[in-house]
Amino acid sequence: MNISLLLKLTFKSILNRRFTSYLTLFSICISVFLLLGVDTVRKEAKHSFTNTISGTDLLVGARSGSVQLLLYSVFRIGNATNNIGWESYEKISSHPSVKWSIPISLGDSHKGFRVMGTTQAYFEHYRFADDQPLTFKVGTKFSAVFDTVIGADVAEKLGYQLGDELTLAHGVYDTDFARHDDKPFVLTGVLARTGTPVDRTIHISLQGIEALHIDWQTGTRSRETVSAQQTLDMALQPTQITAFMLGLNSKMDIFRVQRAINNYKKEPMLAVLPGLALGELWQLISVAEKALLIIAIFVLLNSFVGLLTVILTSLNERRREIAILRSLGCRPIQIFILLASESLLFAIVGCFLGVLLFLIAILLSQSMLQGYGLHIPVSSFGAEQLVLIAVVIGVSFLIGTIPGYRAYKQSLADGMSIKL
Amino acid sequence: MSINTPLLNVENLRFRWPLGQQDVVDIPKLSIQKGERVFIKGESGSGKTTLLSLIGGINLPNAGRINILGTEIDQLKQSHRDQFRADHIGFIFQLFNLIPYLSVIENITLVCEFSKRRKANALTKSRTLEEEACRLLSHLQLQDPRLLNKPVSDLSVGQQQRVAAARALIGSPELIIADEPTSALDADTREHFLSLLQSECELSGSTVLFVSHDQALEKAFDRRIDLSNLNKAGVNSKKQPKAGVS
Repeated sequence: MNISLLLKLTFKSILNRRFTSYLTLFSICISVFLLLGVDTVRKEAKHSFTNTISGTDLLVGARSGSVQLLLYSVFRIGNATNNIGWESYEKISSHPSVKWSIPISLGDSHKGFRVMGTTQAYFEHYRFADDQPLTFKVGTKFSAVFDTVIGADVAEKLGYQLGDELTLAHGVYDTDFARHDDKPFVLTGVLARTGTPVDRTIHISLQGIEALHIDWQTGTRSRETVSAQQTLDMALQPTQITAFMLGLNSKMDIFRVQRAINNYKKEPMLAVLPGLALGELWQLISVAEKALLIIAIFVLLNSFVGLLTVILTSLNERRREIAILRSLGCRPIQIFILLASESLLFAIVGCFLGVLLFLIAILLSQSMLQGYGLHIPVSSFGAEQLVLIAVVIGVSFLIGTIPGYRAYKQSLADGMSIKL
Repeated sequence: MSINTPLLNVENLRFRWPLGQQDVVDIPKLSIQKGERVFIKGESGSGKTTLLSLIGGINLPNAGRINILGTEIDQLKQSHRDQFRADHIGFIFQLFNLIPYLSVIENITLVCEFSKRRKANALTKSRTLEEEACRLLSHLQLQDPRLLNKPVSDLSVGQQQRVAAARALIGSPELIIADEPTSALDADTREHFLSLLQSECELSGSTVLFVSHDQALEKAFDRRIDLSNLNKAGVNSKKQPKAGVS
């Protein structure tokens, strides 16, 4: 008596109960898919999250909270409580320990995308992921006052080509009365995709920001407007910025410079280490991510219970079949294997289908996920996921021993008397 | 072995279910010769099926001896008893003898997967197991090739019982145990089935142990045993029929 016969019997028996078998398989397939999906998305989310900014030693803004500073300066979420004076920026960026600095000025928007004023230093020193610099898909960085460079998402969503004119809006809400429609910007470059908020940003020069607001006072346009051409002749020296990023000559200086900025007498400022702030922010978000994982695990447990129910229910119908097998010389241990292998078979096929569904879903949702700054390669199904699958199969084998043991006991107790 | 060597010898056999209050089987002596065709008459509750479980080695007696073909099967390990049963005994039950998800042929040849001996026996008669199954079926007048690969649930009860008989007979086991195999059949089919079974057993030289409550069938057998006389415990349990023991 060999295992292959038992497997054949198991297989045929499952096929005989086709409808419930398919439902059981479906439920296992979906929960494995869900578990893999949640696990991968959460890992990739964390990965792309921590990859948002790299190479920057200190992030400096008006005094507020570190998470808030990170949110508005890096993630373009929310607004700054206050600005920083240009003089303070100049003072700090000329500190001997400072290697480079990138000033940023936020507050305007264009069709839902945030506008960020900065300098050429941004394209030179900003790094994301593992120290990757920004690269251009097409065009070059801005050079004139009314030049603009946009991120990959902006280009894709709004379908802009080089040379197109963009009208920016004052504030984050793009309304008619708040448009800087007298001073359109010309697209000079599109950045390559980064998977970070950079993709959703419209970059202009600090001078551009100044030019836009030269005839604005306290949030509205003043009566005497200044034309774009006139603006160019004026001194466009920024007086305020929102935040700035610093790169230092030596990592050893980070805490010293941070303390110096935090204690800066002339203006209340806050300097944070991006890595620490990211960690802090992630802890906030990770609660939701953990909840998702727990739900996925419960869904999986639920389908295990379903599997157990299906097999135990079938066990009663199969008492007669088991008695026949016993009369033919089938041993109780073989009866055990027959029933225990059933859940194993369900789990193996269910997992296989779940993985297949997962891979198909990754391939199909690739572009959609990229919109959220998530890049999930097919290769993200790796050793860790295989371990997960192995655990699922192992657990289902353990679960299979329950009906197996019951059938074993039953076959001993029933003897030849076949109960209906 | 001469015709007088007992094929089955039972002595002082006692059995009660683990939670039972009294014995359901108490048989001082029962001896069956090789080639005999024995009719055991017993009402339901007389311990028929339990006795067959003991003879088949599925259950172990609390006391006493069961000797089949010179082997004390109560002394065997459970796995050896299971193997012994597969090798030497063919069973036919009252109803639903077949595995529902296997075809007719698969049902018949399944027992050869459990017994190399019966497989070898079957292959001395035909080239393949399938051929042997077909041969037995045609002896049992069930030769329609369309039936062979049908799901067994499409067969009539009479046809199912003949398939069960073919399964019991394949590989020529020494002992055929039939537990009320005709009770689900109508009178005509019953006679027919019985004569087919008899002649086929005669052909293969198998001993038949046929258990039924139906006295009308006993005339077809060499020897008739009334279980209520044989089983001392059966008298009691007739007064107090126990559920679960048929």
